[in-house]
Amino acid sequence: MTLTMFTLNAFYGLALAMNMFIIASGLNLIFGVLRVINFAHGMFYMFGAYIVFTVAKTWGAPFFVGVLAAGAALAVIAFAIERLLLRHLYDKEHLMQLLFTFAIVLLMSDAAKMIWGTDQYSVGYPPGLGGAVNLGFVMLPQYQLFLCVVGPLIAVAMWFVVDRTRWGRVVRAATQDREMLAALGVNVPMVYAAVFTIGSALAGVGGALAAPRIALVPGMDATIINECFIIVIIGGLGNMWGSFLGALAFGFVVQFGTVLAPNWQDVLPYLLMLAVLIIRPWGLLGRPETGH
Amino acid sequence: MPQRRDLIASAIVVLLLALLPLAGSRYAIDLTTEVMIYALFALSLNVLIGFTGNISFGHAAYFAIGGYACAILLTTYGWPLALALPAAVVLAGLVAAVVGYFCVRLTQIYFAMLTLAFAMLVWGVAFKWKEVTGGDDGFTGIKMPEIIAHHVGYFYFTLVVVAAGIAALWVICHSAFGLTLVAIRENSVRAGFIGVDTRHMRWAAFTVAGTFGGLAGALFGMYHRGMYIENAFWTESANVLIMVLLGGIYSFIGPIIGAAVLHLLQTFTNQYTPYWPTVLGLILLVIVMVLPDGLIGLVRRVRARGGRP
Repeated sequence: MTLTMFTLNAFYGLALAMNMFIIASGLNLIFGVLRVINFAHGMFYMFGAYIVFTVAKTWGAPFFVGVLAAGAALAVIAFAIERLLLRHLYDKEHLMQLLFTFAIVLLMSDAAKMIWGTDQYSVGYPPGLGGAVNLGFVMLPQYQLFLCVVGPLIAVAMWFVVDRTRWGRVVRAATQDREMLAALGVNVPMVYAAVFTIGSALAGVGGALAAPRIALVPGMDATIINECFIIVIIGGLGNMWGSFLGALAFGFVVQFGTVLAPNWQDVLPYLLMLAVLIIRPWGLLGRPETGH
Repeated sequence: MPQRRDLIASAIVVLLLALLPLAGSRYAIDLTTEVMIYALFALSLNVLIGFTGNISFGHAAYFAIGGYACAILLTTYGWPLALALPAAVVLAGLVAAVVGYFCVRLTQIYFAMLTLAFAMLVWGVAFKWKEVTGGDDGFTGIKMPEIIAHHVGYFYFTLVVVAAGIAALWVICHSAFGLTLVAIRENSVRAGFIGVDTRHMRWAAFTVAGTFGGLAGALFGMYHRGMYIENAFWTESANVLIMVLLGGIYSFIGPIIGAAVLHLLQTFTNQYTPYWPTVLGLILLVIVMVLPDGLIGLVRRVRARGGRP
């Protein structure tokens, strides 16, 4: 592999990783606070991608208006789901919450079929980001470069909000002791609703940002949710920087796997995950579960 | 030991099923064959969920391994059924033992995620190992032994195998081992205190579940004359989980009822509308919101209200 090829692949791997991080960090945030594994996260991602298609391509609005619309639409959908249904399930078993989110997957997949049909769509690169940057020995596509900037920005923003603000302290407290937090006068149900809304909006934005890279087909939700699971398991459930690390590992393994072992690139991430789990069952940055 | 009443009831059900082909409806025979296979599949999963209290989200893996292994041994290698079927079941059990070894180190949601991840690995292998599994196109054209190639012959074959499988599971679940599993489900810490090696027992339960799931998968593959990667996908794991829950996890026959109701409902729904996922989603919402103990639980509650035992 020449230096050019290596740089290009590493770069594509990084761009993929950053796109995946945006999506997986939302899943991870929701799990960290609500302890709910949200199977519908992949569906939110798919809706984000489809919405950007409708807004930017069918209606002709600018691409980034579409991205904002996707984030906003998913926030509204997620808020409604949390307030109307999910909040009744926090006291029930994990299994019931898991199945609830699967019910949402089933209902939304049919809704997507009714709204967008089963055709394949594509969204072009937004104007101004369709070119490439010449580094002399390699040409790097601008859109992927843009993803490499946005991903870390979101990571830093999340870190700042969760670790450095009062609201973030409340969120972290909610993961520790709900009852105590409520006793201190914090409206815990609204914290939960906000976290679910923000996490889901990240899926929508992640899907919208992925749209120019990929083909939009029914079933794309099922692939992405598994990839997100891999990432958050590798990194450690509930740990934001763990997801970042997991996304990086995933992106590089997939990209270099595509080049070096073209038949097996889909299996490699699972092998990576199993290797991590055998050595560290709680993920790279996760903590051993405590007995509750 | 089984109650006399239960034994008589089971014998009557088997007898009635054995008489079904006399009615002469191919449709009824095929539908019943499918329901029997799913019933065994759902029961095998309930060893883990209902009895041990461990939620597996990757049970389709063992179903697929059993199905693919049986199909490949029969067709590619030309093994006789009497060897291929047991070999496929043993293989599914072995894989379950290996996967289970890692999974039982974790509990609750982490356990569920890990089972899912292993199942997706199996799916990935079935998808990519084209030369052996047929990949995306599925493994089709299974060579069937003469005697069960006809649908009536296959119906009786399935009836015998499923009845034997269910009887074996009944014995396992009601043995001292089965009661130990219930103790783990109810309070694994206390079960540990009285000297139960909970991790070991959960591992054994995992292996039993995988083995019988493999048996169901082998029957399924031969019935359809083919295995497809969808059979290994996580949606299939979710489907069987829903069957178990719909019937009710805290009763031995619950999953059988859940499998029958869900499969018949799916078959009939598909005749009228392409929107089965919506129907299934709504069923799930009802289970999750108001019916967490399934249909059996509903029946028990109604009876209790009526003042009968």
